[in-house]
Amino acid sequence: MFSLEGLTNSLQQWLAANFSAGWVLVIESIIVILLAIALFAVLGLILVLMERKVAAHMQIRLGPNRVGPQGMFQTTADTLKLIMKEGLTPDGADKFLFNLAPFVVMIVAMLLLAPIAFAKNFQIWDINIGVLFVSAVSSISVIGILMAGYSSNNKYSLLGAMRSGAQIVSYELSAGLSIISIVVLTGSLQLSDIVASQQNGWWLFKGHIPALIAFVIFIIAVTAETNRAPFDMAEAESELTAGFHTEYSGMKFALFFLAEYINIFIVCAIGATLFLGGWMPLHFGNLQGFNHLMDYIPSSIWFFGKVFFLIFLIMWFRWTFPRLRIDQLLNLEWKYLLPISMLNLLVITIMAIMGWHF
Amino acid sequence: MYTETQIIKSGAPASIAGALDGTGELVINVGPQHPATHGVLHLVITLNGETIRKIEPHLGYIHRSIEKMCESLSYRQFIYVTSRMDYLSSHINNHACALTVEKGLQLEIPPRAQVIRVLMDELTRVASHELWWGAMAMDLGAFTPFFYAFRERETITDIMEETCGARLTMNYICPGGVNYDIHPNFQRRVKDFIQLFKSKIHEYDELVTGNIIFQNRMKGVGTLSREDAISFGCTGPVARGSGVSSDIRKLFPYEIYDKLNFEEITETAGDSFARYMVRIREMHQSISIIEQLIDNIPEGDFQAKTKAVLKLPKGEFYSRVETARGELGVYIVSEGGTTPYRIKFRSPGFSNLSALDHMARGSKLGDLVAMMGTLDLVIPDIDR
Amino acid sequence: MTTENFKEYITRVLPAAIFDESGEWLNVLIDPKDWKSLAQQLRDSEFDFNYLFCLTCIDWKTHLTMVYHLSSTGHRQTIVIKANLDRANPEIETVSGIWRTAEFHEREVYELFGVKFLNHPDLRRLILTDDFEGYPLRKDFEDPVNMIKL
Repeated sequence: MFSLEGLTNSLQQWLAANFSAGWVLVIESIIVILLAIALFAVLGLILVLMERKVAAHMQIRLGPNRVGPQGMFQTTADTLKLIMKEGLTPDGADKFLFNLAPFVVMIVAMLLLAPIAFAKNFQIWDINIGVLFVSAVSSISVIGILMAGYSSNNKYSLLGAMRSGAQIVSYELSAGLSIISIVVLTGSLQLSDIVASQQNGWWLFKGHIPALIAFVIFIIAVTAETNRAPFDMAEAESELTAGFHTEYSGMKFALFFLAEYINIFIVCAIGATLFLGGWMPLHFGNLQGFNHLMDYIPSSIWFFGKVFFLIFLIMWFRWTFPRLRIDQLLNLEWKYLLPISMLNLLVITIMAIMGWHF
Repeated sequence: MYTETQIIKSGAPASIAGALDGTGELVINVGPQHPATHGVLHLVITLNGETIRKIEPHLGYIHRSIEKMCESLSYRQFIYVTSRMDYLSSHINNHACALTVEKGLQLEIPPRAQVIRVLMDELTRVASHELWWGAMAMDLGAFTPFFYAFRERETITDIMEETCGARLTMNYICPGGVNYDIHPNFQRRVKDFIQLFKSKIHEYDELVTGNIIFQNRMKGVGTLSREDAISFGCTGPVARGSGVSSDIRKLFPYEIYDKLNFEEITETAGDSFARYMVRIREMHQSISIIEQLIDNIPEGDFQAKTKAVLKLPKGEFYSRVETARGELGVYIVSEGGTTPYRIKFRSPGFSNLSALDHMARGSKLGDLVAMMGTLDLVIPDIDR
Repeated sequence: MTTENFKEYITRVLPAAIFDESGEWLNVLIDPKDWKSLAQQLRDSEFDFNYLFCLTCIDWKTHLTMVYHLSSTGHRQTIVIKANLDRANPEIETVSGIWRTAEFHEREVYELFGVKFLNHPDLRRLILTDDFEGYPLRKDFEDPVNMIKL
């Protein structure tokens, strides 16, 4: 049976047999860095193509279908075009911050890859405060967006960045509270522990209705956090042309664009890990036969399947709903989602103490 | 008040610092190239945070001085320039001009031509409202409705292409009737369209009208009271959304509208949602008019006999029609020659736009797109 | 509400008005000086002319004529008010305080015909650029670069 775990183990053994311990670490780091960058590029291309295809089919059209079979190389061609374009820096912009901003956003997205368990025992860094790390690091991306908006010397960018700042800071509360509700149920911040705790069923099912509420709130909050429609206030095309990245062009624009999709991937990966069991196959309590059958599907496929399902959900929102207004957006968070998730957390805590979950 | 130079100055590099000069006001230029203005409209907006303090429209980016151009065109020619005013209801523009010329010549129009004209008018109106619906939803951030709207609109443009030879600027009407008879397929294809429209229109309500986000964005936004609507000279769906009866087809019927059975749609709320509902319900009325007429096109001439060179008697002639956007008035001053001495087009968009500043003060920047969307601005119509 | 009523009323408030009924609607020719007070009276009278649907100007080479089409959303009758202006120095009172739609229409006439509207709240160019010279819709306007005459 195919498994990524076997691959890493044999590589580890081969390196250990041929190099000294220090060199093994260096070589492994280089491999991890290369893999992370490669994953970035591939994910970016796949997700952009997926978005365009999903959008096209929701809009009764075909989408990209000229470059390569079924238009599969369209995004590659687009990326090549963007690489070759000139990256303009507007006059009067704060050049240092302007050029730094896309990299800040990108670095944040890359850092977030570290604790994610892509398959069984296939994880860059199984840190014991994994969930905390994710929530902490993901907040840094707002700094990149504010930097971009402020340094562009463009009023649209400034307005977009301000909106984005207000939005991300608000919605982190709800996202955080719904993440904590799973931490309460599991009793651990470590992502591998959280996945292991779903051996006999995913939290979405085990946690009764409160877990379902937490899941819905989580999806809403992360859609807002990644600035996706219907919460794409920061780049609201018809109001602010393109919001914080109005002045960016060429590869710097592409980095923002890519970071958006990587962020979607990461929040969906977190969502899948917390609520849908990460790489854990679908298990039902005592149905041994069924559980064994599910185990035959490789864990990486389970993980990516769940993640892409959530990504599809978020894309579905985007191509169906109109955009909210900024005050309605903040009302939704502060007046509805935050109280509900607080109450929900209380219920989940009682449930965890009393052991009412499965 | 901001002069042009001040505006340019405030758009200069120190712009962001300008927001911090103590007034708390930020001047942004929406347009002339901006995704929400659907054309070259330039709005200078004074903002306080997200709240709109003032909107100043700057026009003229597509002003072709059609009124001056028409002064050197004959009464047969000038009709077709007006297709380029409100290009979404170009057929109705032509209709208004032809009516004015016919009023001057006191021409009797054959019944067949009248019915064909009305049919085309209503098809144009439906096509225009379809495009408006898609574009407005797109302004509010929902991209999918645009393609749904085009699915139906495309059928209408195909019908137009077959009979008139053009899809957008139809140029089908001439003084005395229409240029050529309808295509043999016309009736069948219009009936097919009606069937398609009826099977799809519920999707509009499901996708957009009933959406809670959409309703929150529209209700209570850009409210225009009845008195203001009259004072600003608003017409069409904008006025009817505020409860002003303003449908020229009912008030001053032209052609055969007095014999047709249709309702004038009015709503009383005066907000964006009311204007939205007026247009949605108007589409149903237009379809009902088409249904009444499509099987009853009388036989006979499609054009009255006219002289090759038309000469209007000395005098002033004014006629008005209901375009998709409101009342279009054509005012011709004739000196008895072959060309008009002076022409004035009273375009609906120009008056409707003047109400924008009044509507928008105090609302959020995000509401602006809802207001502009429901005003249904077509910029060449405003600029002429 | 017939044309006779309007005539009677206007003769009462403005004896100098000249009537012309050859066209479709009642035409009233007045002196520009009387316009503001007549407009206010028409708006406030029982006839309630609350809807100014067309405002334009005609260049007769010897003089300019302002044309106001007035109607009411109540009785739907229309009257046309005209005022002859001096071509060298055309001036007339604004009515933008009475019908707000006039604000935009007057700005349009201001730049295309050069008519000055006294006491207009915001008489600036709306369409043309700041440095544009001449009044395009006047009959003697020639623009060799952007030819609009055939």
